[in-house]
Amino acid sequence: MEIPYTVEVRPDTGLTNPKLGIWLFLASEVMLFGALFSSYILLRVSAPVWPHGYEELSVPLATFNTVVLITSSVTMVMSWLQLKLRNLARARMYLWLTVTLALVFMVVKFFEYGAHFAEGEYPSHSTFVAIYFTLTGLHGLHVLGGVVANGYLAGPGAAMWRTEPERYTNRVEVAGLYWHFVDLVWIFLFPALYLL
Amino acid sequence: MDNVASVGKAHAAEAHGPHHEEELSFIRKYVFSLDHKWIGIQYGITSLLFLLFGFTLMMLMRWQLAFPGRPIPLIGQFLGEANAPGGIMLPEFYNQLGAMHGTIMVFMGVVPLAVGAFGNFVVPLQIGAPDMAFPRLNMLSYWVYFVGGTIMLASFFVPGGAANSGWTSYTPLSVIATQGQTYWLIGMVFLITSSLLGSINFIVTIIQLRAPGLTWMRLPFFVWAQLVTAFLLLLAFPPLEAAGVLQLMDRLAGTSFFLPSGLVVGNRPLEVSGGGSPLLWQHLFWFLAHPEVYVLILPAMGIVAEIIANNTRKPLWGYKAMVYSVIFLGFMSFGVWAHHMFFTGMGTVISAFFQTTTMIISIPSVIILSALFLSLYGGSIRFTTPMLFALAFLPMFGIGGLTGLPLGLASSDIPLHDTYYVIGHFHYVVAPGTLLALFGGIYYWFPKATGRKMNDLLGKIHFWGSFFCINGVFMPMFIQGLAGVNRRLYDGGMQYAQAQPVLHWNTFMSYSAWGLGLFQIFFIINFFWSIKAGRKASDNVWSATTLEWAAAPSPPPHGNFLTPPAVYRGPYEYSVPGHDADYVPQNQPVQV
Repeated sequence: MEIPYTVEVRPDTGLTNPKLGIWLFLASEVMLFGALFSSYILLRVSAPVWPHGYEELSVPLATFNTVVLITSSVTMVMSWLQLKLRNLARARMYLWLTVTLALVFMVVKFFEYGAHFAEGEYPSHSTFVAIYFTLTGLHGLHVLGGVVANGYLAGPGAAMWRTEPERYTNRVEVAGLYWHFVDLVWIFLFPALYLL
Repeated sequence: MDNVASVGKAHAAEAHGPHHEEELSFIRKYVFSLDHKWIGIQYGITSLLFLLFGFTLMMLMRWQLAFPGRPIPLIGQFLGEANAPGGIMLPEFYNQLGAMHGTIMVFMGVVPLAVGAFGNFVVPLQIGAPDMAFPRLNMLSYWVYFVGGTIMLASFFVPGGAANSGWTSYTPLSVIATQGQTYWLIGMVFLITSSLLGSINFIVTIIQLRAPGLTWMRLPFFVWAQLVTAFLLLLAFPPLEAAGVLQLMDRLAGTSFFLPSGLVVGNRPLEVSGGGSPLLWQHLFWFLAHPEVYVLILPAMGIVAEIIANNTRKPLWGYKAMVYSVIFLGFMSFGVWAHHMFFTGMGTVISAFFQTTTMIISIPSVIILSALFLSLYGGSIRFTTPMLFALAFLPMFGIGGLTGLPLGLASSDIPLHDTYYVIGHFHYVVAPGTLLALFGGIYYWFPKATGRKMNDLLGKIHFWGSFFCINGVFMPMFIQGLAGVNRRLYDGGMQYAQAQPVLHWNTFMSYSAWGLGLFQIFFIINFFWSIKAGRKASDNVWSATTLEWAAAPSPPPHGNFLTPPAVYRGPYEYSVPGHDADYVPQNQPVQV
């Protein structure tokens, strides 16, 4: 027995199941990062001294990473657009580009972390460094999750295009929604940690 | 996942030939099942075992409270020298049992039973859906829950034993606690993830997979309760996950999110960077744990509503008011959490805010309970076993709710805070309240799951025994609490002068608890015996109106319905004038 509305839209709600599912998942993610941001604010306002982000962290690297992530969001949309235009090869190319940009982001992050470790700045160093590692670490895990999802869709998952092109397009759209969210979290993290 | 599943299907098809595509291997049918009914049963059995285990921990603790310092008979020798030398329970072990009792009962017992088991089994059937919206995600939620539960159980065997900082894991105590706390946190992350996946699945299923004609105001109240519950799980659990991650960082990476500066442990200053906030944990924890209270109670209310409508043979009184109340309650539950924290010195302004919201949130609960009471008026009540449990729920939840009011007001909370009064209050909500309702639900839907009814005589012995014993356990707690006995004392308050006049209740409560344990044996025997030899039940054994009874066989096949049902009327059309039967199923077309 088939489960209805996995591909086609339910008329009275205007949604497919996966799309509603991912929005709900993102709502829970908002609560997860919201709680961490609230903790950050609470810890910061109650601390007698709190360093400025731009003194401790590398703003140029983070700016570069911001550009990288925003670009990857654009390539993600392009991929979906190409699927709508029925061009699988182009769509996969854009998906791989998204994955590459995500990996570039992670490599930059790797060097940033390395520089902190080299200076002996482990999470136990101070609450500022601790919240920095926790927030960016959790965000990094989300980026890796996006790499896995998009890599799967660009690689083995693309086989679905031959049998169910519509469903495959929806999958890319859903992965895209997640990816934009990961991007959005960084848009908040960047000023909160690096600029303020 | 997709590939694995389709490969599995292809294999099955090869093995059995093209005509038996539905034939699944034992593993795919009973272990890694994708069928919501079987997953619901898996949840049910696992959570009932956890409930029994959590209750056993409490029965051990009750020995220590009734007879402090005396060796535990029979079981004592098996608890290990590190926990109970000579069978006498050590305070550290008592703390482990207390923390794990709360954790197991809430996160591994009641929630998986109320949401995972009843939600999974009943919701798709009641809305006329072939399955949950995401069957693989559903399977994954169960197995993530299973892993989380296993980690929790394993923590009893690590050096230092299980978590011992209370089920609330207040910081900084929990950060400096033994290794078991780390297992607790990791286990919680699994349990939270499981609930999150499950809640997404429930919401999508209810919104997307309703049968044609099943509009919002035709949904059975149970489905409404599950929908609001799923939203609470979805939005309240992530902050606890965040808090869990922060506490893990504190414990493993040496950070100080919850450790203030200048903390001295064992006469030595703790070598951490400091500057953290112990109160932050309490805010994050209660931001989850207060909505969690409604997660515990709403499915029970839903079950009771179904049973009462069915057994009074009349529509629920004020169905719409109940629906609006449950939605309002869901929203409000996010704004009351700090009424658990009046004692922390938040300040009078914040206390005043939270006591006001707390008084407001009691209104929808009272509306729902009143509507259920008024539904009884004028009904021709059938005193079936599930109905006895549902009827008992009403006064029990009433007592639990009303005794909560003094705790919600800051000034009267001060003398009651952290006494047995609090334990009595929330246990009346969750144990005589929710648990009795959940047992009622098991008796009510058992014929749907197995095609056989549970035995009524054993069921009634189980009910009356449990009802009296459970009140014997919790009613004296109000007396002790009002006398000022602290809730966490290892010897039950022997060293405190103010506890002396009420100390004798401890033995009475303990005997009640063990009696409660004995009466569960009737349920266990009934449960297993009825699966094999219970009286055969027809598809609609209770003459009910909702789809799971009216449109699906017992037990329902894979895919649930022989023909996809359509809905033409509201959920509780009982005793409608002008009809032959005293009930009109939701899928019966309207005669023009």
